[in-house]
Amino acid sequence: MGFRLPTLLPSAIINGIMNDKALSEHVKDLLRAPGLSAFEASVREVVAAAWRPYAPQQTVSRLGSLHALQSGTGRSNRPKILLAAHMDMVGLMVTQVEGGFCRITEIGGLDARILPGQAVVIHGREDVPAAVVLPPAALLPPDRKNEIPRLRDLWLDTGLPETEAARLIRTGDTASFSQAPLDLAGGRIAGRSLDDRAGVAALTVCLEELAARPHRWDVIAAATVQEEETLGGAATSSFALHPDLAIAVDVTFGAAPGLPEHKTFPLGGGPTIGLGPNVHPGVHRWMIRAAAKAGIKYALEVMPAHSGTDAFAMQVTAEGIPTGVIGIPLRSMHTAVEIVALSDIKAAGHLLAEGIGALDDGFLSKLRWE
Amino acid sequence: MAATRKRKPAPKKIAKRTLKPKGRAQPRPHDGSIARIKRLSEAIGVSGDESAIREIILENLKGAAAESRVDALGNLLVKCRTRGKTSLRVMLAAHMDEVGLILMLPGSDGLWKFGTVGGINEQTLPGKALWIGRDRVPGVLAVKPVHLVEKDEAEHPIKPDALAIDIGATDKDSAMALLKPGDRAAFATPFRFERGVLYGKALDNRLGVAALIELALTPPPGIELWAAFTTQEEIGARGAQVAAYALDPDLAIVLDATPAADMPMWDGSENTAFNTKLGGGPAIYIADRATVSDPRLVRILDAAAETKGIPHQFRQPGSGGTDAGAIHRTRKGIPSVSISVPIRSPHAPISTARLEDWRALVALVRAALDHLAKQGLREG
Repeated sequence: MGFRLPTLLPSAIINGIMNDKALSEHVKDLLRAPGLSAFEASVREVVAAAWRPYAPQQTVSRLGSLHALQSGTGRSNRPKILLAAHMDMVGLMVTQVEGGFCRITEIGGLDARILPGQAVVIHGREDVPAAVVLPPAALLPPDRKNEIPRLRDLWLDTGLPETEAARLIRTGDTASFSQAPLDLAGGRIAGRSLDDRAGVAALTVCLEELAARPHRWDVIAAATVQEEETLGGAATSSFALHPDLAIAVDVTFGAAPGLPEHKTFPLGGGPTIGLGPNVHPGVHRWMIRAAAKAGIKYALEVMPAHSGTDAFAMQVTAEGIPTGVIGIPLRSMHTAVEIVALSDIKAAGHLLAEGIGALDDGFLSKLRWE
Repeated sequence: MAATRKRKPAPKKIAKRTLKPKGRAQPRPHDGSIARIKRLSEAIGVSGDESAIREIILENLKGAAAESRVDALGNLLVKCRTRGKTSLRVMLAAHMDEVGLILMLPGSDGLWKFGTVGGINEQTLPGKALWIGRDRVPGVLAVKPVHLVEKDEAEHPIKPDALAIDIGATDKDSAMALLKPGDRAAFATPFRFERGVLYGKALDNRLGVAALIELALTPPPGIELWAAFTTQEEIGARGAQVAAYALDPDLAIVLDATPAADMPMWDGSENTAFNTKLGGGPAIYIADRATVSDPRLVRILDAAAETKGIPHQFRQPGSGGTDAGAIHRTRKGIPSVSISVPIRSPHAPISTARLEDWRALVALVRAALDHLAKQGLREG
């Protein structure tokens, strides 16, 4: 299949920095592509096309992650940094076809309470639209009220007669949320899969900026697979690429009414910089310094154990890799209406570029635990 | 289902002439119906603010109406252009409104609090996108991330009062700059038609509205036919009540959509509470919570369907209600019946229906009107 370059035309780029409209279109292009965990082929095409102008040397891992190399200007045996953002998304999978209906399970963690009434597309022999339906109480087990939807009680309603559904759909077919991206006020975007296509877009911003800015290190951007299930993409990509540093760029909990303040971060307040066992303290300090030097607004995100990102797998790859985590605040995570502020995506990409620009040949020798 | 009696074919010349919108190329009937249903489905017409639907109907009936007016409740009452002498005045009613949300006040966080309008399925609200107000401003009903939901919390439903509409505003002023209290919100669901299946919001009752437009464009001869596009059905058939009073018809047929709960039972046993079934044809009402249908009209519809070989089903008598609930009690009483397109997931962001059921509804009502024109309420 041919690659397309729909949005990142040079005319959309002003003074080496992608303008807001181009970024918005790029994000929305990413959101429109399906790609549940382990079924990322279509979104990979979109990412590959967007990164090609800045990182033309691309490979695809055995598990399907996309790697794009942007060479540094340092000595021949120069160090390399891996930037990982996952391109897979949460959704549903068919477990049984019965009549014009399908039983389902989840891909990634979902709150079943958001599912009734959700429009989806089943990726069968052909794409089939469907609606998630919670049957009326009379059709459910007698000990159960239908007030709390449970995954095992839900159906996908295709509207099709039995024979048509049987011809088109099989057990194991994925179903993605059918939700077009929405432009909200204040430079915010809502839609499915902003977790973590927002991170992928931040890598695009970073690559674009670095293309016009000399940097010593090799940079490998990776759009990883299967983060929502096993972190399998990041684990294998970091092994294959064997980077000296690895940064996961993922979404984090956006502040909203009723959410604990210490676990959430305001949209539009800039990216978060992770701190905790999953983050090498030297990598953390390097990112803080880069943000301070460039005057980039950020928030500290303390991560008590698992960062909930690709960094958790990358850190323990092979003999171990110094890792860091950059977060983009996002509301309504793991729904069809996730929300991010474009300014946070832009700032995350800019922060990465600033940090990478500051990496010198001696950085690794000075990197140590205290 | 074989035809037992030959009927004269419909007067084609008249049909052609009235179908043709003035000064426009004639669209293929199939494409025209689907495009019309799409437009109606995607329009916002929450109870009490049905103007967008009214406009679409007026545009579609341009030149086809003998007379039309909008009454005090916003009902659009259209007298059809009928050929021939008429002795019977018939009211065909379809409600324009849909369930939805109404904006109340924005908080200092820029999020809009809202009220629900009609019997919206509250379980379908969390995590859905909305179109709000005349400018169709997008907004979403954001929820807590599943990662932060405690186990006991997951055992409780997410109630509407715990939700707010996020339009991207960050304070009261920026929220009020884009929208105002009283603006209506509907689910942001693009309509789709694939493999004979209609997918969309507000199929209850834009399918009835679309059917009534078809019938009003090609009214049968011999009947004084009034198409009543009613308001506020979802909050108690309030539009239909005054429309029926004003029109004072000899009888009324209500075109609506009714739930099809025809999915399998949890344990594989027989589902005996399906209400109606998708693909079973239009559903004739015998009784619901608000109305016992006039038995003569039920039999006339049934006989017309049998005669013409039109698929149909009887809605399982039970709960629910339509405009007929208000109409049949009006003045000295108006013989009434309802007939509905079966749809799954009414009052939710996305419903499903079959085009064949909708087409059969139009055909069946037309056949019943033919009978009524010739014999009135006399059967046989």
